[in-house]
Amino acid sequence: MSVGLWRAMGLVLRRDLALSLRRLDQLVQPLVFFLIVTTLFPLSLSPESSLLRQMAPGVLWVAALLAALLSMDGLFRGDAEDGTLEQLLLSGQSLGGIVIAKTFAHWLVSGAALVLISPLVATALGVPVAAFPVMMLSLGLGTLTLSWLGAIGAGLTVGLRRGSVLLSLIVLPLAMPLLIFGANATDRAIGGESATGALYFLGSLCLFTTTLAPLAATAALRITLE
Amino acid sequence: MISLERLAVDDIHVWRGDRHVLKGVSLQLGPGELLHVWGPNGAGKSTLLRVICGLLRPEQGWVRWAGEPIADDPAAYQLALAYASHEPALKADLTALENLRFAVGLKRRVADTELRAALGQTGVAACADLPARVLSAGQRRRVALARVLAVRASLWLLDEPYTNLDASGAELLSRLLEQHLDGGGSALIVAHQTLVLGRPVRRLELGS
Repeated sequence: MSVGLWRAMGLVLRRDLALSLRRLDQLVQPLVFFLIVTTLFPLSLSPESSLLRQMAPGVLWVAALLAALLSMDGLFRGDAEDGTLEQLLLSGQSLGGIVIAKTFAHWLVSGAALVLISPLVATALGVPVAAFPVMMLSLGLGTLTLSWLGAIGAGLTVGLRRGSVLLSLIVLPLAMPLLIFGANATDRAIGGESATGALYFLGSLCLFTTTLAPLAATAALRITLE
Repeated sequence: MISLERLAVDDIHVWRGDRHVLKGVSLQLGPGELLHVWGPNGAGKSTLLRVICGLLRPEQGWVRWAGEPIADDPAAYQLALAYASHEPALKADLTALENLRFAVGLKRRVADTELRAALGQTGVAACADLPARVLSAGQRRRVALARVLAVRASLWLLDEPYTNLDASGAELLSRLLEQHLDGGGSALIVAHQTLVLGRPVRRLELGS
């Protein structure tokens, strides 16, 4: 019996999640990085809570961006190195569907995990609890967008021996709108203002990349693998 | 139906930078037939296999399956073939069974019992629940072979399948190949050594 696209995507998602859970060090590394970077700021600047609260959006977002970059390079590299990517390409399934499932799995273990621990970091930076929903929503939309951008970059650089620097150079400029609007949304939420405008913008970016990035990432993968 | 399952490769040219790797390779492979591709290192054997799989597009020439260019319906062609590269293509952190469940599961719905049976056929039933990382190179090769078996494809494309196999493994592979050919399947094998099968083997020499 043939295997439908949804079932195939489910298989890829389950496999990637199982792999992440068996390599806990790789799963935890970006999260620990996020925690360390954000706790270094109060130590190096000043523990004064008004200053921290002012810096919190920027610190949170820069740390989240860099933490996301850490894990991006591995999106296709592992599969390319052990030959399983070739098997995926020859599986008779749509490569686009496989890329979507892999990127979503990547977001679940990097972005979504980061969103879940962000209240901990935010508390340490003196962010009021009332700002948590907006902060987490903006981080969620932002990290998902980042994962899509990362999929394009990872697809382009998977054929290079050391592609991670190039990957950062490709992804970081594209991620600037995220940083600006994400930090802005968080900042407004901390100040008790409405963050709707920035959130809408993040949402539209997320929607835009969700629809187009799989196409771009698939094309990039095909080009590099030939 | 089966008579349609014919592979035709027509005048393939591939350049790698300045190097003209494949210079007009043509071949035909029908049901029940086996072709042994051989030649010195760097003769383009693996490249040819990648072209036939559709992983590499040749600068010139055609690969046809059942009369149609493979790019016309890649999904149907991919379901008909089983490719084993020189890498065993196993995830080191997954068990042998999980690896198969995933790799075969993408091509057809398959029960664990069937996968265990395939692992048993290649002599690695005891490794089913061990992570691929702890398996020896030969055992990994056998797991990859079990994948080829379990996919139930009609066209086998095997790149150096005898590497890392011990004497009994090589014998097993030859026996499985015979069974596959007897069942109307076809196989294209890249190997350095002479193939010892109970039938004459057609050979294609590259790089001469």
